[in-house]
Amino acid sequence: MSKHTFAIGGVHPHDNKLARDSRIEILPPAPTMYISVAQHLGAPAQPVVAVGDKVKVGQVLAGPGGFVSAYVHSPVSGTVKSIGPRPDLAGRPVPHIEIAVEGDEWMEDIDTSDNLVTDLPADNAAIIEKIHKAGVVGLGGATFPTHIKLSPPPGSKCERIIINGCECEPYLTSDYRVLLEKGEQVAVGAALIAQVMGNVPCTIAIEENKPEAIAHMREVVAKLGYKNIEVMELKMRYPQGSEKQLIDAVMHRQVRSGGLPISVGAVVQNVGTALAVYEAVQKNKPLIDNTITVTGKCFPKQVNLQVRVGTPFSYIIDSLGGMPEDAVKVISGGPMMGKAIANLDASTLKGTSALLFLTEKETRRAPESACIRCGKCADACPMGLEPFLLQKLSRIADTEALEANAAQDCIECGCCLYSCPAHIPLLDIIRTGKGLALGAIRARAAAAKAAAEAAKSSVIPSEAKESKK
Amino acid sequence: MSKLLVSPSPHIHSKDSTRSLMLDVVIALLPAVLCSFVFYGWREILVMAVSVCSCLLLEWAITRFLLKKPSTLCDLSAVVTGILLGLNLPYTTPWWVVFVGAVVAIGVAKMTFGGLGQNIWNPALVGRVFLLVSFPTYMTTWSQPQGLFGVDAVTGPTPLGAINEGLMQGATVQDIMAQNGYDYGQMLFANLGGSAGEVCAIALLLGFVYLCVRRVIKPWITLSIFATVALTALIFWGVNPARFTGPVFNLLTGGLILGACFMATDYVTSPMSLWGGVVFGVGIGFLTMMIRYFGSYPEGVSFAILIMNSFVPLLNRAFHQKKFGR
Repeated sequence: MSKHTFAIGGVHPHDNKLARDSRIEILPPAPTMYISVAQHLGAPAQPVVAVGDKVKVGQVLAGPGGFVSAYVHSPVSGTVKSIGPRPDLAGRPVPHIEIAVEGDEWMEDIDTSDNLVTDLPADNAAIIEKIHKAGVVGLGGATFPTHIKLSPPPGSKCERIIINGCECEPYLTSDYRVLLEKGEQVAVGAALIAQVMGNVPCTIAIEENKPEAIAHMREVVAKLGYKNIEVMELKMRYPQGSEKQLIDAVMHRQVRSGGLPISVGAVVQNVGTALAVYEAVQKNKPLIDNTITVTGKCFPKQVNLQVRVGTPFSYIIDSLGGMPEDAVKVISGGPMMGKAIANLDASTLKGTSALLFLTEKETRRAPESACIRCGKCADACPMGLEPFLLQKLSRIADTEALEANAAQDCIECGCCLYSCPAHIPLLDIIRTGKGLALGAIRARAAAAKAAAEAAKSSVIPSEAKESKK
Repeated sequence: MSKLLVSPSPHIHSKDSTRSLMLDVVIALLPAVLCSFVFYGWREILVMAVSVCSCLLLEWAITRFLLKKPSTLCDLSAVVTGILLGLNLPYTTPWWVVFVGAVVAIGVAKMTFGGLGQNIWNPALVGRVFLLVSFPTYMTTWSQPQGLFGVDAVTGPTPLGAINEGLMQGATVQDIMAQNGYDYGQMLFANLGGSAGEVCAIALLLGFVYLCVRRVIKPWITLSIFATVALTALIFWGVNPARFTGPVFNLLTGGLILGACFMATDYVTSPMSLWGGVVFGVGIGFLTMMIRYFGSYPEGVSFAILIMNSFVPLLNRAFHQKKFGR
């Protein structure tokens, strides 16, 4: 059987999975933890605790602040010290809840044992409610609230669940280690998600550079007797872990521009999310910790850490021996899509996947030179866009042409900038163009809505006038 | 606490640079250059040296004194232009004619338009065609190759020139071929009158394969040129073999292989999309054959490529990549 992959574009950066053989270690909580209320896509959560309150591990700290929002739980036991703005990793002020850690007292209903619970509850609505109450969000990067993703709009039909174990970003190994060490839990989580979506088949997609994980998961699925879960080996190619590209690779269906994965019958969940779903439903454990890779060629240790949400980056780094001397850049996430950290006192979020240290040599951008029209950016773009053109249109802010050339479809994977031999900062520039195109589309949608409402309200007065006559 | 570098993603870059790509092109051209040295001797070395050095000198002088910008010599594109120009000239070309060609190639065709990436026509070809129309004597009298450090003996026309001339005098293609003793095996490996780069088809194809393997270029343009030339020649030759030359002859003569592999695939002056490239290649192949069969110049590849270069902006506009989910 030939290995599957997505149809268009993609690049092959060296995978540098330096920490692949390091078992997951548990990092004890920092003396003071800072828990952000904006750890998910959508409205920030609203704090429900007050300064001075005693909290336990797993207690709700903040409730959803809107429809698209999520619960935030205390990852530690202790006293709430303050609630207020604190700079996040980019230095922007975001409301945080500060907790001084005292002991490690968990909520009574959380099952902290290691027993694998394989009996799935029958009530799907209750499962989704548990996922909602546990604050589970997508851990593949977007941190979209999982309970909403598992409640598709009426009329849409899910045909397949894809568990995303690609981990196509170089350096990252946390999903790989979770598959190897907590494969059973991931499989049960996958089975739960498949059941909720209507007992649909499920594919656990893993790239070929992780043969141990593929073999292990095949074994686990066979052992647990899940007939409708298969493990699929994919070719190694970045950005295969991107939702649209993964659906294309697994199901050979392309989500249309502006569409949702459910429109082609797919729901994609990350390996970490499947684990979080398992823990939420089977163990009553909310999402209060996750596995992150701490790595880098200049970093003496290559580790995978299970970290409580809200641990300051500086605490993690200090506990591993401090900043390496030649590191100039610290990235939260992978080198292709991760965010450069400006403030090391910021704390981890639910969606934090890695801390990566890069040296000046590894991350240096060569000076920009003239475009030689080689077309390598267009070959690399997994969305089939033409970055060289979008870049020019972005520079002159031609919104109409940007939209016509699909700037809004850009997934910001970075393949264009990665492959440009002239070192043109393509993606940096295209991001502004994408913003323009999206802005125009939203403005049109808003205007159409307003016009429709105006038409509706204007009909009534005119009718009223006629009846007067 | 040391300062941290903060920038948008991605934070790493592939090893490719303009310089590395150009270096790959230079490497791919090396077999052909070495062959030309072996077959034509020290005079070809001189032509090549003058061509490359004048291209570098002119680019440096123009960026330094006219544009007052940082030097662009490091990107090696001037070296590529120099080598291609050198390969496009007969080894008997006087050094000052080579220099004039370099002035036109770099000074007019490249830097006038704004340097690398901005030019519409392939600089080396513009230089070559300028010399062809300005100094026809130097450009069309070819000497039979005599080998490294040999001396000139026979001076004669290229195979295409001989056919063109012979046809005008009323001879048939078969007669001319037999009269001149042309043999396809010999054409493939070496030893036909022509400009330096036309001398060894195998060396050129080796370079082409290297560029494809290294993914510097994609083969579509080149292959569509070969296919169109072969097909057009097959049709005409099939209809009248006395008047028209056949496919193999047309593939192996003139600058077709050099042009199709190295000049038509120039990034700057070729379309970016697959189908744009195919149309571009078909256009070059067809125009080449029309000029060869019906034009007054015996050789058409240079003109065909330059003409199709002019259509590249239109082709880029007409043909786009297949977009995801659209």
